[in-house]
Parts: sequence; C-alpha cells; structure tokens
Amino acid sequence: MSSDNLPEKTPGERAVATEEPTPDPGLPAHEWRPTDVSPRAERRAERQVAGLFGLAILGSIGFIVSYVVFGVGDNPDTIANLGASNLMLGLCLAVTLLGMGAGMIQWARKLMGDHEIVEMRHTASSSQEDRQAAVAILQTGLEESGLARRPLIRNTLLAAGGVLGVLPIIMLRDLGPLPGDKLDHTLWDLNTWTPEMQAWWQTQNRTVQRVVRDVVGTPIKVTDLVVGDLVNAEPEVMFASDDTTQEALVEGTDLLVAKSKAAVVLHRMLPGDIVSTQTRNCSVYGIVCYSKICTHVGCPISLNERTTHHLLCPCHQSTFDLTDSGRVLFGPAARALPQLELTVDDEGYLAAKGDFTEPVGPSFWERG
Amino acid sequence: MPLDTSKIARTNRSTAATPKKPNKAGAVATWADDRLSVGTLTRVFARKVFPDHWSFMLGEIALWSFVVLLLTGTFLTLWFTPSMSESAYQGSYTQLRGVPMSDAYASTLHISFDVRGGLLMRQMHHWSAMLFIAAMFAHMMRTFVTGAFRKPRELNWVIGSMLLLLGILEGFAGYSLPDDLLSGTGLRIADGLIKATPVVGTYMSFFLFGGEFPGDVVIPRLYILHVLLIPGLLLALVGLHMLLLVFHKHTQWAGPGRTEKNVVGFPMLPVYAAKAGGYFFMVFGVTALMSAVLAINPIWKYGPYDPSKVTAGSQPDWYMGIAEGLLRIMPNWETHIWGATISWNVLFPGEIAPFLLFGMVICWPFLEQWVTGDKGEHHLLQRPRNAPTRTAFLAAMMAEYGLLWAAGGNDILATHFHWSLNSITYFMRAAVFLVPPIVFYVTRRWCISLQRADTDRLLHGYETGIIMRSPDGGYSERHLPISEASAYTLTARPRDEIHEIESEVDENGVPAPGSRAGRVRAKLSRAMFADNVQNPTAEELEEARHHAEHTHELEADLDHPAAGHEFDDHALRDADEIPLRHH
Amino acid sequence: MRLLNRPLGRLSRHRRGPLAGLLVVLVGLLLTGGLYAVLSPASAQDDSSAAQIKQGRELFLVGCSFCHGTNGQGVKTLDGNQIGPPLAGVGAAAVDFQVGTGRMPATQPGPQIPQKEPNYTADEIAALAAYVASLGPGPAIPNPSDYSLDGLSAEQRQEAIVRGGQIFLTNCTACHNFEGSGGGMPKGGYAPRIRGVSPKYIFEAMLTGPQAMDNFSNGNLSVKEKRDIIAYLQSLEDSPEYGGFGMGGIGPVSEGMFAWVVGIGSLVGVAIWIAAKTARSSKQKAES
Repeated sequence: MSSDNLPEKTPGERAVATEEPTPDPGLPAHEWRPTDVSPRAERRAERQVAGLFGLAILGSIGFIVSYVVFGVGDNPDTIANLGASNLMLGLCLAVTLLGMGAGMIQWARKLMGDHEIVEMRHTASSSQEDRQAAVAILQTGLEESGLARRPLIRNTLLAAGGVLGVLPIIMLRDLGPLPGDKLDHTLWDLNTWTPEMQAWWQTQNRTVQRVVRDVVGTPIKVTDLVVGDLVNAEPEVMFASDDTTQEALVEGTDLLVAKSKAAVVLHRMLPGDIVSTQTRNCSVYGIVCYSKICTHVGCPISLNERTTHHLLCPCHQSTFDLTDSGRVLFGPAARALPQLELTVDDEGYLAAKGDFTEPVGPSFWERG
Repeated sequence: MPLDTSKIARTNRSTAATPKKPNKAGAVATWADDRLSVGTLTRVFARKVFPDHWSFMLGEIALWSFVVLLLTGTFLTLWFTPSMSESAYQGSYTQLRGVPMSDAYASTLHISFDVRGGLLMRQMHHWSAMLFIAAMFAHMMRTFVTGAFRKPRELNWVIGSMLLLLGILEGFAGYSLPDDLLSGTGLRIADGLIKATPVVGTYMSFFLFGGEFPGDVVIPRLYILHVLLIPGLLLALVGLHMLLLVFHKHTQWAGPGRTEKNVVGFPMLPVYAAKAGGYFFMVFGVTALMSAVLAINPIWKYGPYDPSKVTAGSQPDWYMGIAEGLLRIMPNWETHIWGATISWNVLFPGEIAPFLLFGMVICWPFLEQWVTGDKGEHHLLQRPRNAPTRTAFLAAMMAEYGLLWAAGGNDILATHFHWSLNSITYFMRAAVFLVPPIVFYVTRRWCISLQRADTDRLLHGYETGIIMRSPDGGYSERHLPISEASAYTLTARPRDEIHEIESEVDENGVPAPGSRAGRVRAKLSRAMFADNVQNPTAEELEEARHHAEHTHELEADLDHPAAGHEFDDHALRDADEIPLRHH
Repeated sequence: MRLLNRPLGRLSRHRRGPLAGLLVVLVGLLLTGGLYAVLSPASAQDDSSAAQIKQGRELFLVGCSFCHGTNGQGVKTLDGNQIGPPLAGVGAAAVDFQVGTGRMPATQPGPQIPQKEPNYTADEIAALAAYVASLGPGPAIPNPSDYSLDGLSAEQRQEAIVRGGQIFLTNCTACHNFEGSGGGMPKGGYAPRIRGVSPKYIFEAMLTGPQAMDNFSNGNLSVKEKRDIIAYLQSLEDSPEYGGFGMGGIGPVSEGMFAWVVGIGSLVGVAIWIAAKTARSSKQKAES
C-alpha cells in the first residue's frame, strides 16, 4: 500500500517534545489463562461452549415447536394474557441466538489464542513518488484528451451536462398538482362540491348544511346539548349517500382529505361566558363551533377544559380560548382557531351558514 | 527472492502453515484463487489486527442492528402492501372489523395477527431500528470524546454523520408505512413543517403527497424510499465506512507497547471474527428477547389514520424527540409581510435548527483542526479528560439534547410527576439556554481536575493505604511509584500548542491577510487549551522520583506489604510470594 | 316490701329498699332507650326516599358542606374564586361517580382532585346522591342495562365494540390516550387512566363531565353510543397483550426509554464482557 520506510513524522505533524518523560516499556509479558495451563479448566471451558451451542440447538427446536403449536388468527393462544405465539417464538429465538453468540464469545475468550499481535501502520498519504506519478498521469490524460486546448469542446460539454442535469428535475413536475386555492376552502363551502354531491343536495331541499356528529352522522338539535357538552362534528355531506347507488358521496382518500380541513368541534357554554363579539355573533344559544384542526401544524384538537373553555392540542400543547374567537393563550400556535358561523335551520338542527372565513390548519406562505 | 514480511502480523504459532495434500476444500480454494487472488486477499486481511476495548464495539451494535433490520425487513416486505386504497377490514382483529382502512394498514394487521412470527418480526424490526440509531449516537459520542475523528479519519466522521441522518429519515419513513393513527399524525406534522417553508412550501407539500394531505400516494412513495433508496445509500456508506476503517486501521488507547505507528490487538482470524460474529448473535438475540416480551408500536390499538382523530401522548419515535421538543417549546412567532406568512414557530424547529445542528456535527473535525492547527495524523485515542474543552462541549450538547428530549415528552412528564404542563414548557424555554453553559463549565473543570489527579499520581505515586507514624508523631500515608506501564500510559500524549499569531503586520506595516480570522483562531485556541494540564517534563519526573526515593530511605523497606495487608487486592496467594499491587 | 308507706320520723331508716336501686336503673335504661328510638335519625335500612334524602342531607352537612355550602349552593372565596361548585343540577350520577371513586370528599385543594379510597359505604353514597338529586334535576344514576351488552347477538356485540372503538378514538383518546392510559391537561390537570374502571363510573363520567372534563350528555353521545364505548373498553381489558408487556401504554416515550436502558444497556454490558480481561493464571505453559 505504501512504502516500507515509515517517516519519523507524518505529514503535517507538528514538532512535539520528543523527550517522552517516560520511555515505552514495550508490550507486557504474556500471562497465560487457566484454560491454557490447566487441562481441567480447558475441558470445563469446552463444555461451557458446547453447552451454549447445545442451548442454541434446543432453542431452535423450541422455535419450530412453538411455530406449530401456538396459533394466531381468530382465536390466538395466550400465555399469562400475553400473545403466546409472539412470546414463545421470541423467547426460543432469543435463546438460540444468545446461545450462539455467547458460545462464540466464550470460545474466543477462553480457548482461542490470546497473544496480542502487533501490526505496523502506514501513513494514510501515498508516497511522494506515487503522488508525482499520479500528477504526471493526470496531466498526460488531460494533454491527450486535449480538453485544455479545446475550450469550445469543454464549454459545450459543460453546458450539455448542465442542461442534462435539469431533465430529472423537470420529470418530477407531475408528482402532484399545483396547490391553487385548494387550501382556502373546505367541504363547508358548497361551491367545492362534486356534481354528485350537488345533485344530492338538490334532493334535500335545504339551504344550509347541517353540522352532524362524527362517526354516527346524526344531526344535532339545540336542545340535545347541555351547557358543557363537547361534540366532535363534521359536515353532513360526509355521511350522505347517493339515493340511487347507495354509495357514500365522500369516501376513501377524498373523505380523509375533507376531514383534514372540515372537522369541527361544537361546545356549549353559558352565553354570558362568551367574551368576544365575533364569537357571540357566530354562536347560537351559547353553542360555538370551531375548526378542529390546529393552526400550528394540523393535529386535530378536542381536549377541552369545560370549566375554562380552553381547548388544548395534544401534539404541542397550543391552547385556544373558545370564548374569545379562538385566541391563542399558550403554546407554539401563532394564529387563532378559525370559527364557523352557526345557525339553526328550519327543523331546529344546527347548521353552518357557510365556509370558514380564513384557511384552516397550518400556516403557509401564501396565506397572507 | 526474499519476501518482505515486515508488514504481516507475527504469527503466534511456532510453526508456519504448511500445505497439506490436496483435498476438496483445497481444490475449491485453488479454483477461486485462480480467478480472484483469494490467496493475496487472505494474506493481507485475515490476520488484520483489531485492538480490544468495549467502547470500540458500539459501532458494531449499529452494524449488526442494520443487518437485523435488513433480514427482518425483507421478511416484512413479503406480506406488506404499500397502498393507500381503502377497503373494509375483514381480518382477525375483531375490534376493527368493518372499519375502512388502507391496504397498508390492513396488511400490517395481517402480518401482526395472521402470519405466524409476523408480529415478532415487526417488533424486532422496530426495536432494532431504535437500537440502530441509538448505537450510532453512542458510537458517535465515543468517537467524538476520544478524538478518533482527527486526521486521517475526518472523512469517516462525515460518512458517519450521513449514516446517522439517513438512519433517522429511514426510521421516520419506516414507522409511517403502516398508516396508523400515531404515525399519520406524525406525517401531518411533517406536512405542516413542509407547508411553512417560504415560497415553495405548499408546492413541496402538494408534490410530496400528490395533492392535498393525506392524498393516496405518500405511503407507496415512502415505501420505495424505505426499502430501496435509503437502504441502498446506507449499504454503500456503511461499506465505505468499513473500508476506511480497514484502510486506516482502528485507533487504540495509549499503553505499553502501543504507539502512533503500530496497532496492537487480536487478529481477525480467528479471535475477532469469533467476537464480532458472536456479538452479531448477541445483538440479534437481545432484539429477539425484547420483541418477545415488550410490545412496541401496537398499531391495532391506534386504529387507521384519520385526520380527525388523535391520541394523547402523540410523540414520534425517540430519535425525532428533539425536533418535537423544539416544536413544543418554541414561542409562537409568525410574521406577515406583504401578503406572505413566515412561520418562525414552525420553520425554526422543523428546518433551521436541524440544519444547524447537523451542519455543526459534520463540520466539527474541520473546525477543531482550524482552531488547534493540528495537522498530524492521530492513531492514539485521547482520554476525554485530556481534551477538556471538547469533552465539555459534548457534555453541553448532551445536556441540550436531553432537555429537548424531555420537552418533547412534556405531557408525559406532566402526568407522571404531577407537574403543570405549562410550567414545564416555560422551564424548558429558559433551561435550553441556561443549562448547557453550566454543564460546559462544570465538565471542563472536572476534566482538568482529573488531569491534575493523574499528574499527582504520576509524580507522587499511588496511595498505598499504609499510614506511617514518624518518630516525632506525625502521620503520613506512604505512596509507591506507579508501574512503568501506567506511567507510560499517562504520558504518551503530545503537548497542546496554543496558536499564537507571530505578527499581525509584516516589516513594512502591511497587515497580514486573514488576520481577523487569525485573531479569532488564537482566542479560540487559547480558550480550548487554557488550564489544560500538560505532561510533566522528564526533569520534573526525575525530581519527583528522587524526592520520593529520598523519603522512602527514611522509612522501612517496601518489598512486602505491612502485616495484615497481604490480601488487600483480594487475590488468594501464599503469603510468601505476594508481589505488591500493580498500579 | 312496702314502698313509701312510712310514718313521719322513721323515713331515714326505710328511705331506700334493697331493690330500689335496681329499679331506678331499669327505669333509666328504659327511658333512655325509648327516647333514643324515638329521637334518633332513621337507620339505613329504612328505604323510604324521604328518609334517604334526610340521611343524605345529614351526611352532606358533615362531609361536604364545608366546600359546597350547607344547601349545596357552592362556596366562593372573597376574591370570587370557587372553593366548591354549586351542586344544584349535577344529579345523582355525579355524586355516585365522585364519591364512589373516592374523589370526593377532597382532602386538599389543587389543580385536580385525585382518585382515592372511597370514604362512604354504598348506602351512604346512595343517600348522598338522593339528597343532591333533590337539590335540582340532573342526570340520574344509570341502570346496568344501559351499559351492558346482555341480550345482544354475537354479531351485534361485535358491531357495538367496533363502533365504540371508532367513537372512542374520535371523542376520548385525545385526552385519555389510545388505550385509556391518560394524558396531560393544562396547568396541572390531567385526564386520568380509565383502564380497569367499572363501567358504571365510565358512564357517569361521560354523562356528568367531572371537574374539567366536558359533558357527553345523552344528547351528545346517546346511551347506546356510551354503551358501545364501554363495550370497547371492556374488550381491551379482555384482549390479551399480543406483543408483550405494554410498558405503560403511553407510546414512543417509554419505548425509547426501554430501547436505551434495556437495549443499549444490555448490549454495552455484553461488549464489556467481550473485551474484559479474562482470568489469568500465574502458572507457565510449556511452549509445544
């Protein structure tokens, strides 16, 4: 790899006090292990190693047996309320592997030769001759290619390479659509609806979209709620289905995308507890409706302190005041929680007058 | 012609290997050698020497965990479906039957409940991912604090830093694949971080998710990142990391017989192969044991991802903990200028701080080299106490890391210790600025005092525990000189040189270029080495020994321990043949 | 003998007969017992509701009125902060929950009153509940049929559990965590661990919204939906831990701690074993 003559100093090594206060006493004399000098100890160590390997064999057998015996699926076996298959397969595998490992290590420690060996290092740098030869080779290569003498070739090559490098980036354009104004609207805005949803809405003969309970999809009457109630809610179109095909109007990925912006919480408080005018104007009978999506980085919030009307996000603990326009009280969120204006429809159910008046969820550059 | 055998490790057998009569194995070896120079390779590599110390094996934990990840991961790919198409679940986990979920989630449930050994492999994969990154951290800290990143190993340090970063990204992609509630919440947060990027944020978000969050392509994309692209990079970098290790040879601690020009230890074949191979099985086995009894990532309890659902205690895996902590304690700063929003509260923890931290990690060897001006090769490790500033810096960074980690779990701390959530956040906001400098100062002084204790031992010997009473009534403790080996170990280090500027101007009064940088460098160099205790000179050592011997002349002979102290070092021996302790 | 039939002047000799003392004691006992029986409060065995309310009121005065007022009207400090909230309208369910789980009577102030050993017997709790219910209409103690799955077919049971899981994940896990291990709330409050809690108390907690918890009245989450949630929680109790011990069920924080402490700790231990100096002997080996 490099020359045999090791230089006194490695390149760049600064002069240090060459007078070591104490001289190197050299490698200590080798001390034998009991297993080297005593046949009894040696045989004992052999038995230990063999025993560990034997344990590994037993572990493997146990693994195979456990695989066959312990079932998974509809009626999994259990041991002490733990899943039996995972427990036994894992324990047997552990015994096998640990046995193998411990055996190999014990063999190395007790029985393999343990004389310390010295190997000489070489400097990391190549020798002067190699360096000079390398430089000469590179220069020859450059000469023979003629690159230095032919600037036209060089420049056009660079330009071609540069443009070529742009192509993969261009190929990534169709990774996704452009954002447009999609982030500014939610499913509460009827203008964002598909034709099927619009068709369904025609059959409903109503003007305002109801706020319905999440998971069950039932509409909410004002009288259903008592002071202190917290309802996790969604727009009703999320639970609607096409009359003819009986298929859900919003499902799959579209449903998740819609939920990530349209989810709301309803909270009923005493009307006297409401502080800000905006909150009062958007509420009915003390019932307020806020976006469930945190304005920090978008986790859904529903930790409400009933006594203080403070809504806490579990992810980074941003706290919002539901009595005061969703103002941020604590935590890393910078913007107030958007409020949805509520009304009561003709049949007495809670409904939303329209979409949020600002984009919901995390901030982004174009938000303004 | 004579063979030059000076480079080859001396054998520890008394006879040379002699070729036996040809047999099957020999025929195969010949076949291979005819094509691949296997003989030369074996000669060069098989007896390579590796020094033995437990702290050198931390990197091995990472290496073997990586192998476990590859093995268990391959198993999982045989059943995992990286698709976000939705269907109603009809598998064995009854609590979710009929619930609409992505194929990714459903296939993960299938692996957990319907494939024998599937849950075990899933858990082993996740536990070993945690161990992989933890081991890389531990290895990095060891390398840092012993100065093993110095020339010629700076490149290896850079490669190691990249491995750490890639490992963290790989882990994030990996635990997001099952598309469960907890990891989906993590993706949501990542999306929020991306959206906060100025100018291009929303575009990057839409491009990553193929539209609005969560879209239906992010899981397949993360999948290919997780099983192909990043593992490929990891394999290549790990290979390069190992290659450089073999090329430069491993560093070693100072000690008798060990110099900058040699490496002392055990040969690859058979000892190191057995120890390293055995360690592989131990790492594998510990992972299996943990996976047998400790449940990790029980995705069936989280349910499939739904943007309107969340769990309390939403934390990412531990290696993203500091980003989480930063996000939690960051004050809510956001600026609105000319119709644009810059969210500092998200930008700093999510993008600026990781970049800064990682940049600092990568650049450290070059930074230190600039300050110390040390351009020599180093193969002997420094004891942490002998580089007080560097060690103190690591301690301060660890304190910072730990505080941010704790901040990331502030709600868990609040519930377990009955503290106020808000108070923890306020405390952390102050602590991340106040605590690291204190830790730095304390650690540095501690290192220096340890250095002083070492010098004391070197000059004045070790305390024997034997108290002497002089004829006029004074008590003193007898010291004995430490052994040659110990003395050499303590002094086999170069002296620190503080960088001085010769002159800022030359003889004509022209200021030297880069003199500002030079001044800064001199200041830093002084700060780095101030108060460090250097080796005593040979004269000082001689004088101390002479003084010690002179004192001992006045006292009784020292070739045997005092009555009743024969077994002070707990060794069972005959009283007649007791040598004094080795120190 | 003759009582009180003496000529004047000879009273001192016959003032008390031999059995007079005994008779006085007997009369005294009879009088005391009779008065006690007439005047003492009605015993717990008496289940006329008026008597129960009365008993409840007396227990209330002793144990609860200090914070909640002698008529349950609540007590405020001079600054207007609340010591104990008014109890008119909280209903029997709230009392059954708070006193039954031992939270009430509170032993010390703080951001949240913790659960402790209950102080009252079941009858006393019923009495207190009856009294507080009499202060104003409020949620009643639920019937066991409200929250049990008895009478449902196996398929209906499973549907209830699945639906309950989804409702649980939407409404409850944000505070109480994905398997009910609890979570943090602002300023020292917390959502407690709800595993292993009796179904009746879970129902009542949802119904009445104890302390800072929101209400989930029957108009918010119907009785059936509450039953489904309870069924799901019960199914978590009945399911085995498939992957092993849960390390507290709080997710990645404890997982990371175990990875470092158990995983790295044991592997570093193994590394120390591998590289440790092995035993040495003072004997010499003849080189072969």
